Amino acid sequence: MSEDALVQLATDFSVLSLIAVGGAITVLPEMHRSVVEVHGWMSGAQFAELFALAQAAPGPNILVVSLIGWKVAGLAGAVVATVAVCGPSCVLTFAVSRMWQRFRGARWRAAVEDGLVPVTVGLMLAGGYLITLSADDSWPAFATTAATAAFVLATRIHPLWLFGAAGLIGLAGWV
Amino acid sequence: MPFARRMLVEERHWLSAEEFTDVLSLCQLLPGPNIVNVAVCVGARYHGVRGAIAAFAGLITAPFFIMLALGALYTQYGHLPTVSALFRGISAAAAGLVVAMGLKMATSRRLRSAMALFAVMTFIGIALMRLPLVVFLLGAVPLSVAATLWRAK
Repeated sequence: MSEDALVQLATDFSVLSLIAVGGAITVLPEMHRSVVEVHGWMSGAQFAELFALAQAAPGPNILVVSLIGWKVAGLAGAVVATVAVCGPSCVLTFAVSRMWQRFRGARWRAAVEDGLVPVTVGLMLAGGYLITLSADDSWPAFATTAATAAFVLATRIHPLWLFGAAGLIGLAGWV
Repeated sequence: MPFARRMLVEERHWLSAEEFTDVLSLCQLLPGPNIVNVAVCVGARYHGVRGAIAAFAGLITAPFFIMLALGALYTQYGHLPTVSALFRGISAAAAGLVVAMGLKMATSRRLRSAMALFAVMTFIGIALMRLPLVVFLLGAVPLSVAATLWRAK
Protein backbone atom coordinates (compact mmCIF):
# COMPACT_ATOMS: atom_id res chain seq x y z
CA MET A 1 0.00 0.00 0.00
CA SER A 2 1.16 3.49 -0.80
CA GLU A 3 2.04 6.44 1.37
CA ASP A 4 -1.06 8.11 -0.01
CA ALA A 5 -3.24 5.72 1.95
CA LEU A 6 -1.32 6.54 5.15
CA VAL A 7 -1.74 10.27 4.57
CA GLN A 8 -5.45 9.79 3.94
CA LEU A 9 -5.84 7.65 7.05
CA ALA A 10 -4.05 10.32 9.08
CA THR A 11 -6.09 13.25 7.76
CA ASP A 12 -9.50 11.56 7.72
CA PHE A 13 -9.16 10.08 11.19
CA SER A 14 -7.72 13.25 12.74
CA VAL A 15 -10.84 15.05 11.59
CA LEU A 16 -13.00 12.23 12.97
CA SER A 17 -11.19 12.60 16.28
CA LEU A 18 -12.29 16.21 16.62
CA ILE A 19 -15.92 15.63 15.62
CA ALA A 20 -16.55 12.48 17.64
CA VAL A 21 -18.98 14.21 19.99
CA GLY A 22 -20.44 11.73 22.43
CA GLY A 23 -17.84 9.06 21.80
CA ALA A 24 -16.65 6.66 19.17
CA ILE A 25 -19.98 5.21 18.03
CA THR A 26 -21.24 8.59 16.86
CA VAL A 27 -18.62 8.77 14.10
CA LEU A 28 -19.53 5.33 12.79
CA PRO A 29 -21.57 6.83 9.90
CA GLU A 30 -18.73 9.17 8.94
CA MET A 31 -16.14 6.38 9.23
CA HIS A 32 -18.32 4.24 6.96
CA ARG A 33 -18.62 7.13 4.50
CA SER A 34 -14.87 7.70 4.42
CA VAL A 35 -13.70 4.07 4.37
CA VAL A 36 -16.36 2.46 2.16
CA GLU A 37 -17.94 5.22 0.09
CA VAL A 38 -15.17 7.78 -0.47
CA HIS A 39 -11.97 5.72 -0.55
CA GLY A 40 -13.40 2.30 -1.37
CA TRP A 41 -10.86 0.60 0.92
CA MET A 42 -13.30 -2.22 1.66
CA SER A 43 -16.88 -3.34 1.13
CA GLY A 44 -19.66 -2.45 3.53
CA ALA A 45 -19.80 -6.07 4.68
CA GLN A 46 -16.06 -6.10 5.48
CA PHE A 47 -16.47 -2.84 7.38
CA ALA A 48 -19.29 -4.39 9.41
CA GLU A 49 -17.12 -7.44 10.16
CA LEU A 50 -14.15 -5.38 11.36
CA PHE A 51 -16.53 -3.37 13.51
CA ALA A 52 -17.95 -6.58 14.99
CA LEU A 53 -14.42 -7.81 15.71
CA ALA A 54 -13.60 -4.55 17.52
CA GLN A 55 -16.77 -4.75 19.59
CA ALA A 56 -16.17 -8.35 20.58
CA ALA A 57 -12.55 -7.68 21.60
CA PRO A 58 -11.56 -6.05 24.91
CA GLY A 59 -10.69 -2.37 24.94
CA PRO A 60 -12.30 0.82 23.64
CA ASN A 61 -14.55 0.38 20.57
CA ILE A 62 -12.66 3.11 18.80
CA LEU A 63 -9.89 0.59 18.17
CA VAL A 64 -11.87 -0.47 15.12
CA VAL A 65 -9.69 2.18 13.45
CA SER A 66 -6.62 0.07 14.24
CA LEU A 67 -8.22 -2.78 12.32
CA ILE A 68 -9.18 -0.51 9.44
CA GLY A 69 -5.64 0.90 9.34
CA TRP A 70 -4.23 -2.64 9.45
CA LYS A 71 -6.40 -3.72 6.54
CA VAL A 72 -5.57 -0.63 4.48
CA ALA A 73 -1.83 -0.32 5.10
CA GLY A 74 -0.56 -2.98 7.51
CA LEU A 75 1.15 -2.22 10.81
CA ALA A 76 2.02 1.35 9.80
CA GLY A 77 -1.63 1.89 8.89
CA ALA A 78 -2.80 0.58 12.25
CA VAL A 79 -0.44 2.86 14.17
CA VAL A 80 -1.23 5.92 12.04
CA ALA A 81 -4.99 5.39 12.26
CA THR A 82 -4.92 4.85 16.04
CA VAL A 83 -2.74 7.87 16.77
CA ALA A 84 -4.74 10.04 14.36
CA VAL A 85 -8.07 9.16 15.94
CA CYS A 86 -6.89 9.62 19.54
CA GLY A 87 -4.27 12.38 19.27
CA PRO A 88 -6.25 15.52 18.48
CA SER A 89 -9.07 14.77 20.92
CA CYS A 90 -6.57 13.91 23.67
CA VAL A 91 -4.73 17.20 23.21
CA LEU A 92 -8.03 19.07 23.31
CA THR A 93 -9.16 17.18 26.42
CA PHE A 94 -5.84 17.88 28.09
CA ALA A 95 -6.12 21.61 27.38
CA VAL A 96 -9.78 21.94 28.37
CA SER A 97 -9.63 19.79 31.50
CA ARG A 98 -7.43 22.43 33.12
CA MET A 99 -10.01 25.19 32.84
CA TRP A 100 -13.21 23.14 33.10
CA GLN A 101 -13.59 23.40 36.88
CA ARG A 102 -13.99 27.16 36.57
CA PHE A 103 -17.20 26.82 34.54
CA ARG A 104 -19.04 24.52 36.92
CA GLY A 105 -22.61 25.78 37.10
CA ALA A 106 -22.24 28.18 34.16
CA ARG A 107 -25.46 28.45 32.15
CA TRP A 108 -23.80 27.95 28.75
CA ARG A 109 -22.03 24.85 30.01
CA ALA A 110 -25.36 23.19 30.82
CA ALA A 111 -26.80 24.35 27.48
CA VAL A 112 -23.88 22.89 25.54
CA GLU A 113 -24.21 19.61 27.44
CA ASP A 114 -27.97 19.38 26.86
CA GLY A 115 -27.79 20.66 23.29
CA LEU A 116 -25.39 17.92 22.26
CA VAL A 117 -27.66 15.14 23.54
CA PRO A 118 -30.19 15.06 20.66
CA VAL A 119 -27.42 15.25 18.05
CA THR A 120 -25.62 12.37 19.75
CA VAL A 121 -28.83 10.33 19.82
CA GLY A 122 -29.43 10.98 16.11
CA LEU A 123 -25.85 9.99 15.29
CA MET A 124 -26.09 6.74 17.25
CA LEU A 125 -29.34 5.80 15.56
CA ALA A 126 -27.82 6.66 12.17
CA GLY A 127 -24.83 4.46 13.02
CA GLY A 128 -27.12 1.58 13.96
CA TYR A 129 -29.08 1.97 10.74
CA LEU A 130 -26.02 2.11 8.47
CA ILE A 131 -24.10 -0.71 10.12
CA THR A 132 -27.23 -2.89 9.97
CA LEU A 133 -27.59 -2.26 6.23
CA SER A 134 -23.90 -3.10 5.79
CA ALA A 135 -23.94 -6.23 7.94
CA ASP A 136 -27.22 -7.83 6.91
CA ASP A 137 -28.25 -9.03 3.47
CA SER A 138 -30.98 -11.55 4.29
CA TRP A 139 -34.06 -11.55 6.46
CA PRO A 140 -32.60 -14.01 9.01
CA ALA A 141 -29.67 -11.60 9.40
CA PHE A 142 -32.04 -8.69 10.03
CA ALA A 143 -33.91 -10.90 12.50
CA THR A 144 -30.62 -11.64 14.32
CA THR A 145 -29.89 -7.90 14.53
CA ALA A 146 -33.40 -7.18 15.84
CA ALA A 147 -33.25 -10.02 18.36
CA THR A 148 -29.85 -8.84 19.65
CA ALA A 149 -31.15 -5.30 20.06
CA ALA A 150 -34.22 -6.60 21.90
CA PHE A 151 -32.10 -8.73 24.26
CA VAL A 152 -29.77 -5.83 25.03
CA LEU A 153 -32.72 -3.53 25.77
CA ALA A 154 -34.80 -5.99 27.77
CA THR A 155 -32.20 -8.00 29.71
CA ARG A 156 -28.87 -7.45 31.44
CA ILE A 157 -27.17 -10.25 29.56
CA HIS A 158 -23.53 -9.59 28.58
CA PRO A 159 -23.27 -8.79 24.83
CA LEU A 160 -20.54 -11.40 24.35
CA TRP A 161 -23.11 -14.17 24.94
CA LEU A 162 -25.27 -12.65 22.22
CA PHE A 163 -22.27 -12.46 19.90
CA GLY A 164 -21.59 -16.13 20.63
CA ALA A 165 -25.17 -17.13 19.92
CA ALA A 166 -25.20 -15.10 16.71
CA GLY A 167 -21.90 -16.70 15.69
CA LEU A 168 -23.51 -20.14 16.09
CA ILE A 169 -26.47 -19.00 14.00
CA GLY A 170 -23.95 -17.93 11.37
CA LEU A 171 -22.08 -21.25 11.55
CA ALA A 172 -25.37 -23.07 11.11
CA GLY A 173 -25.63 -21.25 7.79
CA TRP A 174 -28.88 -19.48 8.61
CA VAL A 175 -27.84 -15.90 7.86
CA MET B 1 -16.90 2.67 31.89
CA PRO B 2 -18.38 1.00 35.01
CA PHE B 3 -15.04 -0.78 35.43
CA ALA B 4 -13.17 2.49 35.05
CA ARG B 5 -15.36 4.07 37.71
CA ARG B 6 -14.78 1.21 40.14
CA MET B 7 -11.03 1.35 39.67
CA LEU B 8 -10.71 5.16 39.90
CA VAL B 9 -13.21 5.88 42.66
CA GLU B 10 -13.57 2.78 44.80
CA GLU B 11 -10.24 0.98 44.56
CA ARG B 12 -7.55 3.61 44.01
CA HIS B 13 -9.40 6.66 45.40
CA TRP B 14 -7.89 8.85 42.70
CA LEU B 15 -11.20 10.70 42.34
CA SER B 16 -14.22 11.21 44.58
CA ALA B 17 -17.61 10.17 43.18
CA GLU B 18 -18.48 13.83 42.43
CA GLU B 19 -15.14 14.45 40.76
CA PHE B 20 -15.69 11.38 38.61
CA THR B 21 -19.12 12.61 37.52
CA ASP B 22 -17.65 16.01 36.69
CA VAL B 23 -14.75 14.53 34.73
CA LEU B 24 -17.11 12.19 32.91
CA SER B 25 -19.49 14.97 31.90
CA LEU B 26 -16.57 16.91 30.45
CA CYS B 27 -15.26 13.85 28.65
CA GLN B 28 -18.65 13.07 27.14
CA LEU B 29 -18.89 16.64 25.95
CA LEU B 30 -15.49 16.76 24.30
CA PRO B 31 -14.93 14.88 21.07
CA GLY B 32 -13.13 11.56 21.14
CA PRO B 33 -13.68 8.23 22.85
CA ASN B 34 -14.97 8.96 26.37
CA ILE B 35 -12.83 6.40 28.13
CA VAL B 36 -9.67 7.73 26.46
CA ASN B 37 -10.60 11.25 27.52
CA VAL B 38 -11.16 10.15 31.12
CA ALA B 39 -7.70 8.57 31.15
CA VAL B 40 -6.14 11.78 29.81
CA CYS B 41 -7.99 13.94 32.37
CA VAL B 42 -7.00 11.79 35.32
CA GLY B 43 -3.41 11.46 34.13
CA ALA B 44 -3.15 15.20 33.57
CA ARG B 45 -4.53 15.91 37.01
CA TYR B 46 -1.78 14.02 38.78
CA HIS B 47 1.26 14.34 36.54
CA GLY B 48 0.54 16.85 33.79
CA VAL B 49 1.58 15.95 30.27
CA ARG B 50 3.56 12.88 31.33
CA GLY B 51 0.64 11.57 33.37
CA ALA B 52 -1.74 12.06 30.46
CA ILE B 53 0.58 10.21 28.07
CA ALA B 54 1.17 7.40 30.57
CA ALA B 55 -2.55 6.95 31.18
CA PHE B 56 -3.29 6.95 27.45
CA ALA B 57 -0.55 4.42 26.71
CA GLY B 58 -1.65 2.22 29.60
CA LEU B 59 -5.23 2.19 28.40
CA ILE B 60 -4.57 1.61 24.73
CA THR B 61 -1.43 -0.54 24.35
CA ALA B 62 -2.70 -4.00 25.33
CA PRO B 63 -6.04 -3.73 23.46
CA PHE B 64 -4.17 -2.36 20.43
CA PHE B 65 -1.97 -5.46 20.19
CA ILE B 66 -4.92 -7.78 20.83
CA MET B 67 -6.71 -6.01 18.00
CA LEU B 68 -3.70 -6.47 15.71
CA ALA B 69 -3.55 -10.17 16.54
CA LEU B 70 -7.26 -10.54 15.78
CA GLY B 71 -6.82 -8.51 12.60
CA ALA B 72 -3.98 -10.80 11.51
CA LEU B 73 -6.08 -13.90 12.19
CA TYR B 74 -8.95 -12.34 10.29
CA THR B 75 -6.81 -11.56 7.22
CA GLN B 76 -5.37 -15.05 7.36
CA TYR B 77 -8.58 -17.02 7.84
CA GLY B 78 -11.38 -14.55 7.11
CA HIS B 79 -12.00 -15.94 3.62
CA LEU B 80 -12.61 -19.52 4.85
CA PRO B 81 -16.31 -20.35 4.46
CA THR B 82 -16.69 -21.38 8.13
CA VAL B 83 -15.09 -18.19 9.44
CA SER B 84 -17.07 -15.94 7.14
CA ALA B 85 -20.30 -17.72 8.14
CA LEU B 86 -19.38 -17.15 11.79
CA PHE B 87 -18.72 -13.49 11.07
CA ARG B 88 -21.99 -12.97 9.24
CA GLY B 89 -23.73 -13.95 12.47
CA ILE B 90 -21.49 -11.88 14.74
CA SER B 91 -21.67 -8.74 12.63
CA ALA B 92 -25.48 -8.96 12.61
CA ALA B 93 -25.35 -9.07 16.43
CA ALA B 94 -22.84 -6.20 16.63
CA ALA B 95 -25.18 -4.08 14.52
CA GLY B 96 -28.00 -4.97 16.91
CA LEU B 97 -25.88 -3.75 19.82
CA VAL B 98 -25.46 -0.34 18.20
CA VAL B 99 -29.18 -0.13 17.42
CA ALA B 100 -29.94 -0.93 21.07
CA MET B 101 -27.50 1.72 22.34
CA GLY B 102 -29.15 4.32 20.10
CA LEU B 103 -32.66 3.35 21.21
CA LYS B 104 -31.62 3.30 24.86
CA MET B 105 -30.29 6.83 24.61
CA ALA B 106 -33.29 7.98 22.58
CA THR B 107 -35.66 6.90 25.35
CA SER B 108 -33.57 8.26 28.23
CA ARG B 109 -34.71 11.21 30.28
CA ARG B 110 -31.89 13.36 28.99
CA LEU B 111 -33.61 13.71 25.61
CA ARG B 112 -36.39 16.22 26.17
CA SER B 113 -39.38 15.76 23.90
CA ALA B 114 -39.13 19.02 21.93
CA MET B 115 -35.42 18.51 21.38
CA ALA B 116 -36.08 15.12 19.80
CA LEU B 117 -36.64 17.11 16.60
CA PHE B 118 -32.86 17.59 16.42
CA ALA B 119 -32.31 13.85 16.82
CA VAL B 120 -34.68 13.20 13.91
CA MET B 121 -32.96 15.87 11.81
CA THR B 122 -29.57 14.34 12.57
CA PHE B 123 -30.79 10.88 11.59
CA ILE B 124 -32.20 12.16 8.29
CA GLY B 125 -29.12 14.25 7.50
CA ILE B 126 -26.55 11.59 8.33
CA ALA B 127 -28.24 8.23 7.74
CA LEU B 128 -30.50 9.05 4.80
CA MET B 129 -28.94 12.06 3.06
CA ARG B 130 -25.38 10.95 3.93
CA LEU B 131 -24.16 14.51 4.54
CA PRO B 132 -20.53 14.88 5.60
CA LEU B 133 -20.48 14.95 9.40
CA VAL B 134 -18.28 18.05 9.79
CA VAL B 135 -20.60 20.19 7.67
CA PHE B 136 -23.66 18.83 9.41
CA LEU B 137 -22.31 19.39 12.93
CA LEU B 138 -21.24 22.96 12.17
CA GLY B 139 -24.87 23.70 11.35
CA ALA B 140 -26.73 21.47 13.79
CA VAL B 141 -24.78 21.87 17.05
CA PRO B 142 -25.04 25.68 17.33
CA LEU B 143 -28.77 25.44 16.48
CA SER B 144 -29.37 22.74 19.06
CA VAL B 145 -27.46 24.58 21.78
CA ALA B 146 -29.28 27.82 20.93
CA ALA B 147 -32.62 26.01 21.14
CA THR B 148 -31.65 24.64 24.56
CA LEU B 149 -30.71 28.13 25.79
CA TRP B 150 -33.93 29.59 24.41
CA ARG B 151 -36.07 26.91 26.05
CA ALA B 152 -34.30 27.43 29.37
CA LYS B 153 -35.33 31.10 29.48
